[in-house]
Amino acid sequence: MVLQLFEGEKIRFAAFDADKDAEIFSKWTHDPEYLRLTEYEAARPLAPFHIKKKFEEMEKDAHGDFYYFVLRAKEDDRAIGFAHIRWVEWNHGNAHFNLAIGSPDDRRKGLGSEALQMLLRYAFEELNLYRFTTHTFEYNDGAQNFLTKHGFQLEVRRREAIYRDGRYWDALSYGILAEEWAKSADSK
Amino acid sequence: MNNLFTGKLTRLIAEDPDKMGEVIERWSRDSEFYQLFDSDPTLPRNAKRATERMREHAEKNRPGNFPFDVVRLEDERIIGEGGLFDAFSPHHNAWLAIGIGERELWGKGYGTDAVHILLRFAFQELNLHRVNLGAFGYNTRAIRAYEKIGFVHEGAWRGVLKRDGRRWDMITMGILRAEWEAKQNE
Repeated sequence: MVLQLFEGEKIRFAAFDADKDAEIFSKWTHDPEYLRLTEYEAARPLAPFHIKKKFEEMEKDAHGDFYYFVLRAKEDDRAIGFAHIRWVEWNHGNAHFNLAIGSPDDRRKGLGSEALQMLLRYAFEELNLYRFTTHTFEYNDGAQNFLTKHGFQLEVRRREAIYRDGRYWDALSYGILAEEWAKSADSK
Repeated sequence: MNNLFTGKLTRLIAEDPDKMGEVIERWSRDSEFYQLFDSDPTLPRNAKRATERMREHAEKNRPGNFPFDVVRLEDERIIGEGGLFDAFSPHHNAWLAIGIGERELWGKGYGTDAVHILLRFAFQELNLHRVNLGAFGYNTRAIRAYEKIGFVHEGAWRGVLKRDGRRWDMITMGILRAEWEAKQNE
């Protein structure tokens, strides 16, 4: 077996390292734009201490079913974002994921695409899932185009489920089946 | 003012871990009930352990979770469980769950009655803008009941459940406050 699951072209998947990563993760949470694009909860800046605590709580809540990757740029090994898989339902073969690039400077460079390709391979060839699910918001056109480009289908539109900037927006769910992924360019 | 917790056939009481242990042990012997109610593998439950688990849950419960037991007015018997979950967020919505554990009472309007109480609580006490729910594709009885109550189909996670050897959708439904209010005046 020579397939490398954690080594991409420009990025790699690494374990979260609280000492190294909490500082930069904290910085991202001070960017409301970043929070609006990725978070359902109210925007809340977090100190490095709270980043560490939140990570520990997520790990504990997951009862061992915890798949969390820090995305690192290979050129200088800095953290550029994260990808994590949660709520794995082994009996049904489904899980939910979240993926984000922290700094606007690192977006629109194909790093997110590479991370998603790696995450899809992990979901379908390591966890052996039947399908993979994620969520975004009506106002996040970037995420919708990104998911569609990678073969996801819009499956659920919860009308007016998000209240932001003085109006309601739809909450969207996207899904991709293993068989759809296997036929896509991402699996090659 | 109406009694918020009482409907025509049922009323809602606080989830009671001490009473529910025995009840859950009995309901869980019917494997179909928890297949209709939960996507976790269906399992026979032990009363004492079920009570302990419910107590642990209650301690961790976030303030936006409102779990209830459903009591039948006729004989004060606990016949189901349900509630509203994740109701405290900036987005004014919550997830609804309902299950009638007593098989001989299925299809008699008890679940619908309890959902009416939960919706009134959601819109008139929590002042939410919408209520969401997830229904398993094979639970046609529930889906029809939700449609009648006024829930709208909003899509489905394709094939997300595997049961009885085949794939089923998980259907998301929702009702907006304005839709619920219009129904009250019908």
